[in-house]
Amino acid sequence: MSGGTVSIRLSINGESVTREVEPRLNLVDFLRDELGLTGTRWSCEHGVCGACTVLIDGALARGCLVFAAQLDGSRVETIEGLSRSGVLADLQAAFQLHNAVQCGFCSAGMLLSAETLLRENRAPSRADIRHYLSGNYCRCTGYHAIIDAVEEVAKSRAAKGPSRKEGAP
Amino acid sequence: MSILSFLDRPASYIGKRVPRPGAKRLLAGGGRYVDDLRLPRLVHLAFLRSPYAHARILAIDTAAASRAPGVVRVLTAKDLEGRYTPWVGVLTHFKGLKSPPQHPLARERATWQGEPIVAVAAESRALAEDAAALVKIEWQELPAVTDMAGALAPGTPPIHAELGDNLAFTRSVDAGEVDAAFAKAFAVVEEEYSFARHTGVCPEPRSILADYDQAGESLTVHYSNQAPHMMKEIFAKHFGLAENAVRVICPDVGGSYGIKIHVYPDDMTTVAASLLLGRPVKFVADRLESFVSDIHAREHRIKARLALTKEGEILALDMDDLTGIGPYSTYPRTSAVEGNQVVNLTGSWYRHRNYRARLRVAFQNKPPTTQYRAVGHPIAAAVTEAIIDRGAAQLNLDPAQIRRINLIPDDAYPWTTASGLKFEKLSHQAALEKLLKLMDYDGLRREQAELRKKGIHRGIGLAAFVELTNPGPAFYGVGGAPISAQDGATIRLDPGGSVTCAFSVTEQGQGTEAMAAQVAASALGLPIEKVRIVTGDTERTPYGGGTWASRGAGIGGEAVLQAAHALKQNILALAGIMLQTPPENLDLADGWVTDKSGARRIGLDEVGRAAYFRGDTLPPGTQPEMSATRHYMPKLYPFAFTNSAQGSYLELDVETGFVRLLKHWVVEDCGRVINPMLVDEQIRGGVVQGIGSALYEECLYDGLGQLLNGNLADYLVPMAAEMPDIEVAHIETLTADSALGAKGAGEAGTAGAPAAVMNAVNDALKPFKVRVSSQPMTPQRILKALARA
Repeated sequence: MSGGTVSIRLSINGESVTREVEPRLNLVDFLRDELGLTGTRWSCEHGVCGACTVLIDGALARGCLVFAAQLDGSRVETIEGLSRSGVLADLQAAFQLHNAVQCGFCSAGMLLSAETLLRENRAPSRADIRHYLSGNYCRCTGYHAIIDAVEEVAKSRAAKGPSRKEGAP
Repeated sequence: MSILSFLDRPASYIGKRVPRPGAKRLLAGGGRYVDDLRLPRLVHLAFLRSPYAHARILAIDTAAASRAPGVVRVLTAKDLEGRYTPWVGVLTHFKGLKSPPQHPLARERATWQGEPIVAVAAESRALAEDAAALVKIEWQELPAVTDMAGALAPGTPPIHAELGDNLAFTRSVDAGEVDAAFAKAFAVVEEEYSFARHTGVCPEPRSILADYDQAGESLTVHYSNQAPHMMKEIFAKHFGLAENAVRVICPDVGGSYGIKIHVYPDDMTTVAASLLLGRPVKFVADRLESFVSDIHAREHRIKARLALTKEGEILALDMDDLTGIGPYSTYPRTSAVEGNQVVNLTGSWYRHRNYRARLRVAFQNKPPTTQYRAVGHPIAAAVTEAIIDRGAAQLNLDPAQIRRINLIPDDAYPWTTASGLKFEKLSHQAALEKLLKLMDYDGLRREQAELRKKGIHRGIGLAAFVELTNPGPAFYGVGGAPISAQDGATIRLDPGGSVTCAFSVTEQGQGTEAMAAQVAASALGLPIEKVRIVTGDTERTPYGGGTWASRGAGIGGEAVLQAAHALKQNILALAGIMLQTPPENLDLADGWVTDKSGARRIGLDEVGRAAYFRGDTLPPGTQPEMSATRHYMPKLYPFAFTNSAQGSYLELDVETGFVRLLKHWVVEDCGRVINPMLVDEQIRGGVVQGIGSALYEECLYDGLGQLLNGNLADYLVPMAAEMPDIEVAHIETLTADSALGAKGAGEAGTAGAPAAVMNAVNDALKPFKVRVSSQPMTPQRILKALARA
């Protein structure tokens, strides 16, 4: 490790955070160890499994492939923030109802990917959902229930009309 | 019969799709896994692992590492000497099974690539890894034994000289008149199968945080594990601690599937480090080290022969299994069980009386293999179901028909198989018929025929099989393992009228807590929100085996039922006194004490208040007992077998060798279905794990014992896009061994899917008159087969 730190100021779940970070500090470690936001998880640590998925400036990102030092001025949202704001409430309810969660380790990433899919595609087919969620590894469910849950939310959001996008971050 | 009556009540939760109470917290990012704990003075462990499959350690230089920033201690085998006793993965009921003593850190020799050699404790994991990179080890590379057959070949040096050879275990079965049956057979088919090594890839890697309190002389281990009580025994035994000085807590567990139930040297090192340093020490495996340090599974090469009559009746089955287990038999369950299951199970759902099997278990310089979800079942099912399809093809019989002819009739129970397994009551024939209907088998066959004319190659695969569930002490305890076959529940009425149930079965996401809550709520006539389940803590739950071999509902659920019944009797006795009514005239419903007509008399909160706060209002001598504990272990049968039938429909691209899964069906008979949604999800998740091994997953090793694809980019796991929808249906044949009648469902999906998919691939290949009999059935293997066409 070489000496020196980088000063960053960024928004995490709507709160402004200023920190001095080592250049090599990963976003996931930053969230977990600096901020206690443990809902973002380490799993593969090389960008395949999606357990560390967060939103950076509104876009899906792999937390494990990003250094905290890169994020000065960025807006980061995690499962904790998106749960508190209620953005994911219908997806979370559907996941519970369909048991689209078992061990829960992949759930944050799965929900964030599903939410982003539904913003991009209001009427996805089951194949669309399967394709979009294929960056998120789940070992427990076999995916079927997750697809059911996302499909159901897509339909119920569509039935409610186009207004909800306003509330989304 | 009164015990069963609650099941039929309209307010019963049994058989209902009740959502898991804990799911909401997990979905909000509120899971608490080991790595989420924050303890003061915590140190982090990183390991230096052997880069060689087999090598002598000539010297270790830790000087530079010890001086590195943030380093608390660098540990080698020498530093741990005398602080533990080594462990040996043998059990007495596996006669002849041998394995050498195993240590936390390798001593003179590394025996697989990935074996831990040096541990660095530092203030952060990053600093520990920095320092680990400064450790210098002088190695002398030794010849690696990687191939199973090679390991057993004469002249191959034994990996452990003191054991004499590389044959860890062997067993033979010879039942009936096998040779005579083959001699008179109309048709004999034979085939060789191979099943690759694969591994569990738990989303949450293995994680352990050991916290030794020197002053209090107590060890608390926060552990991502399936069997806290077992690990408590093991930590106490091997670190010389008093049994009651060790507490094992399993918080949320991010997937386990059998991976997190074995003794790992790096975990033992973590505990040793905490004892040595008197500080909490954490080790969380990263993904790359998981691939070389988690247990691996399977790796079998099997030759099978089947003798048939002209009509398609099986006369005899002969099978030879060679399996590789790495350099050690895993402790404490041993690595003999996987192969032993293959021998016990292969063909056991068919009627033949002539069966011969030989098992050879070989040591190799690769990571240990041992029990992983469905232990032995996927191999037994794939071999049996593949060779029976081969037999059907030879006799021009439809695969459904040959199964109808040979499956044990539904009215033939109790049944003892040729290999000696006892089946209480199964429903193979009904399950097969239900499956065929569910998948519209005849319709699929017509569609297949139509599409073949257009050059589209679809395959239909069927698989029947059994699953061993609810194991009694004959499985492990009898051989001397500290593995409990019984489980327990303590249910307490709280003063406000809710109940807390401490339960020895653990939760890894499969829904243990929901199942227990459903049983308790139903038996106590409570709304389910009034039931709180506590699991995963050796100091807070009754003693029990935890999660393994599909036993949580069948064994643990019955303990909860019996405890709830006992508590109900106690509540009614007290209510009877309060109401001056004979307790037998009272009942519980919807949180109330009612009379037999259902009319509400007093609330449970009133009973609770009287019991805990207003004992003064009770007649002299009254002692309320508002807690009850019951344990349960199966008694009538050593195991409760379940049966299942699966169907796979897929399309094969004969140009690329790619398989597109179109649909998968399962008919499952696991006895009483407590929560159909959770059972379906266990089945679906299991099917996908089975599909992974059938089509994608393989730990690829070179001849030197180096893992070539030890990362999640190169080791393929099933992702959503490749997976089919999976339809699940049930038959409920209850076991009479318990009042609940539930059997296990945790592994059936994994057990049968590789068989169904393999048969479907070979069905698609049928026009080319070639077959694939190696799993995973990669495009490369399929194209190789097609090249023979």
